Amino acid sequence: MNARLGSFLRFLAGDAQADRLVPPTGYTARLTVFAAASMAFLAVFALALSLATGRVADRWGEALAKSSTIRINAPVDQMDAQVLTVMDILATTPGIGNARPLSDDEQRALLAPWFGPDLPLDQLPIPRLIEVIEEGDGFDAEGLRARLAGEAPGAILDDHTRWREPLVRAAKRLRALGFVSIVLIGALAGVVITLAASAALAANEQVIRVLRLVGAQDSYIANAFVRRYTLRALGGASVGTVLGALAVFLMPSSGEQGNFLTDLGFEGWQWLWPLLIPPLAALVAFAATRQTARTVLQEKR
Amino acid sequence: MIELEQVSYGYGGSTLLSDISMKLAPGSFHFLTGPSGAGKTTLIKLCYAELTATRGRVSLFDQDTQQMSRDDVARARRRIGVVHQDCQFLDHLNVAENVSLPLTVSGRSLEHPSELDDLLAWVGLTPQRDAKPPELSGGERQRAALARAVVMSPDVILADEPTGNVDWDMSLRLLRLLVELNKMGKTVLIATHDMNLIRSAKAQIQARVLRISNKQLHQAGADL
Ligand SMILES: Nc1ncnc2c1ncn2[C@@H]1O[C@H](COP(=O)(O)OP(=O)(O)OP(=O)(O)O)[C@@H](O)[C@H]1O
Ligand SMILES: [Mg+2]
Repeated sequence: MNARLGSFLRFLAGDAQADRLVPPTGYTARLTVFAAASMAFLAVFALALSLATGRVADRWGEALAKSSTIRINAPVDQMDAQVLTVMDILATTPGIGNARPLSDDEQRALLAPWFGPDLPLDQLPIPRLIEVIEEGDGFDAEGLRARLAGEAPGAILDDHTRWREPLVRAAKRLRALGFVSIVLIGALAGVVITLAASAALAANEQVIRVLRLVGAQDSYIANAFVRRYTLRALGGASVGTVLGALAVFLMPSSGEQGNFLTDLGFEGWQWLWPLLIPPLAALVAFAATRQTARTVLQEKR
Repeated sequence: MIELEQVSYGYGGSTLLSDISMKLAPGSFHFLTGPSGAGKTTLIKLCYAELTATRGRVSLFDQDTQQMSRDDVARARRRIGVVHQDCQFLDHLNVAENVSLPLTVSGRSLEHPSELDDLLAWVGLTPQRDAKPPELSGGERQRAALARAVVMSPDVILADEPTGNVDWDMSLRLLRLLVELNKMGKTVLIATHDMNLIRSAKAQIQARVLRISNKQLHQAGADL
């Protein structure tokens, strides 16, 4: 592998004289560079999308999985008794790290957006909330539900899983789609460069004939093309990556954790991921052009 | 060096060359003549494996071309200098670069860069050194093609009408170049219609004249 990498790098460093043997083609050259730049730009976004949705999935999965709520609906005079019963049940349930009833102030704060700050909680039939924090592998939700139904009929366990799971699943799916997009962008880059290279090989038939006349081997002729397209892809993809990363960097941020839209970006070492795009683009171009050149040169003798 | 044994060749259905045997021994000097359209260019292309014989056997440096890989053919061509009848160049490179192309593709260089200048001076292309091939006259192109064919000091030189477009004095100069190379041991084959050129060569060295007529290759008599 190392030997291969070495020969690849030596090849990129190249032989300036051999390079000149294929005439410069301004127009297709610019198109190739532009295509590589565009695809690198798109790849940066697909990457940012994948990483951001991955983060969101992890965060939701983690934060929500650890906390659940028990809601107690009971007549005002039975409320305190039921709260105590539920607390007792929770104290003897394995997998619960901490449970506590929300204070009136906390409940008032939760309701304030809807009913204003001066809510007379003690006079209203408002359910009481108990916040439950899991510990270790968590508790057995169905078992707890059964016990609550028997001993505190007004208590309902809301373990968030009902609405959390589809969200986490969607986030994970989105991350997978992001990766699929990256692979597709890579494949598309390969296709575009294959087309450009075969057009160039066809346009340079005369050059190939002359080079063969003077004893050039196929690999030598192929390299002149391969090197050119590899460097173009590398250059274009570098520009595209920088622009894409800049655009992601400049995305307005809400500073809130887990907000998917405003969180579309890279965090810390994740900024290293886009650095892989230009060398990968070069590698794709290298493989695509080499395969094309070999096929074309083999076809015409 | 180059040997054809009972070689036949045809384009499409028709046979152009039939049952031809020829041997270019090391250090030999041959002329190839025949009417226009007789197949001289075709025969030369068979000699450097640009065309493949439909029947018979062509060997380059004791290797059967049928058994040669494409890389083998490329290596053999580095030992054969070819002057194509329609001189083929890379139009985006200048004359000096085109002439040194065989060196470039084989990763070699001249021992002294001045050798290239000497060669260009001999074929009278010093003023055109930096010109691009499309800017050259027909005769200048032929001279550049000849210079390119000999720059590697190849073992064999196959020249297809190298003097077709140049005046008599320049023809003699080009012939001199080939004669000198032949004296150094190189094998030379020149396709030409120019009987004066053949006579002039025969005055200087031992040259054989081959003639294509009626699809066959004949040894021309000494009466030329
Ligand atoms: N690629 C080709 N396809 C079909 N026919 C061809 C092809 N090349 C040459 N020919 C035909 O083969 C015949 C011989 O061509 P060739 O070029 O070998 O002749 P030549 O002896 O070199 O003629 P000249 O003295 O005019 O150069 C000609 O009739 C020509 O039309
Ligand atoms: Mg001819």
